[in-house]
Amino acid sequence: MTDLAIVNTRCANLASVVFAFERLGVAPLVTADPTALRAAGRVLLPGVGTAGAAMRELERLGLPGVLRELTQPVLGICLGMQLLTRESEESARNGLNQPGLGVIDAPTRRMEVGGLTLPHMGWNRLEVTRPSPLLEGLDGAYVYYVHSYAVPVGAATLAQTGYGQPFSAVLGQGNFYGAQFHPERSGPAGARLLQNFLNLNPQASEAQG
Amino acid sequence: MTSSTLTRRIIPCLDVRSGQVVKGVQFRNHEVVGDPVALAQRYAQAGADELVFYDITASSDGRTVGKEWVQDIARVIDIPFCVAGGIRSVDQAREVLSRGADKISVNSPALQDPDLIAALVEEFGQQCVVVGIDSFQDDAGNYRVYQFTGDESRTQQTEWQTLDWVREAVRRGAGEIVLNCMNRDGVRQGYDVAQLAAVRAVCPVPLIASGGAGAISHFTDVFDQAGVDGALAASVFHKGLIEMDDLKTELAQAGVSVRPT
Repeated sequence: MTDLAIVNTRCANLASVVFAFERLGVAPLVTADPTALRAAGRVLLPGVGTAGAAMRELERLGLPGVLRELTQPVLGICLGMQLLTRESEESARNGLNQPGLGVIDAPTRRMEVGGLTLPHMGWNRLEVTRPSPLLEGLDGAYVYYVHSYAVPVGAATLAQTGYGQPFSAVLGQGNFYGAQFHPERSGPAGARLLQNFLNLNPQASEAQG
Repeated sequence: MTSSTLTRRIIPCLDVRSGQVVKGVQFRNHEVVGDPVALAQRYAQAGADELVFYDITASSDGRTVGKEWVQDIARVIDIPFCVAGGIRSVDQAREVLSRGADKISVNSPALQDPDLIAALVEEFGQQCVVVGIDSFQDDAGNYRVYQFTGDESRTQQTEWQTLDWVREAVRRGAGEIVLNCMNRDGVRQGYDVAQLAAVRAVCPVPLIASGGAGAISHFTDVFDQAGVDGALAASVFHKGLIEMDDLKTELAQAGVSVRPT
């Protein structure tokens, strides 16, 4: 059994994510094959780009249903995290938000930051609000963000970060997890999050939001 | 909850020519300072927040960036990095990003074809697309945009006033602006705080200062007085004149929010 499969969405940060796991001594399988994804011990959903383009790519690959039904630990990164939510204001058309996979019951919204610059780009601090094995050793750590959309703090929030107002830095609901920052580019703290993900009990489950 | 804890970024810049990191003074007289992968790794471990690699000859002699080292760097470092130099199309950008670069920066090609900025944003998202601007203050005190600065014989002034080009680049979707103040490049007399403050006032996306860093106080000044999001520097790091640890410690003591090393 492959321990780690990375969904091959052909997105721009795929190589960086693979390299980050290789630095941890893990050789992930990069695949869009439903059978391989179902069989993996854990699954990572990367993402860079726009919500609409990324969902279209998942649909082209026939993967939305496959991903929703996974029962092993699944981690979405950045846009990959936002795709786990039920909808995004990014790529909204005719007043309708872009639907997501809906496995985390929260919306993705354009960030409201007052006079601050967007994108929110750079190193910012994690505040763990609900302890989880995924966040072991990470309270107060600095991690690297690049985004203009975010998930408001809510029932599935495990950690938050402030920029204008607090937003969800890390989400968890059932076997689905998400990180808004880029662990593959967040130095030792990012490596710790990925290692924690690899260490998660395959039956790990966050309380339903 | 803390309010915004977004930290100011310290960004070593590595000029790459023929696969080697080089450093010149006011874009001239380059000397080799080392291997890009080894230097990238050293800076990442020292606590740099981000790296920028400029293929300094790529735009002026019509080549695109040599791609081999991009992947080598992505493999070893765990902080973000941006690649600049001769990216003239969506396909060229895709190749650099697919090798593991986090951002691409366009300079002369965006001046020649401003539509390129929007095309890159549409394809890869605003967060990937940096516009680099080489700005020179003329004798009358005007800030003017230059292009092809990697090659002395081809360097030329454009029609653009710097503030106008910043506004235009942002309007077309640029996710970040790197302002290279050419008068200050490599001479280590301090960032051009006045020019950067003027650009800051018209720039709603992250702004990175470039050109002139020579002492730790220069970093403090540019963050305090120009309000930039990041400060880029080359020779002070390459020559070991400033250590990352000392820089961040002093910035923190001066009240500038930085990520500890």
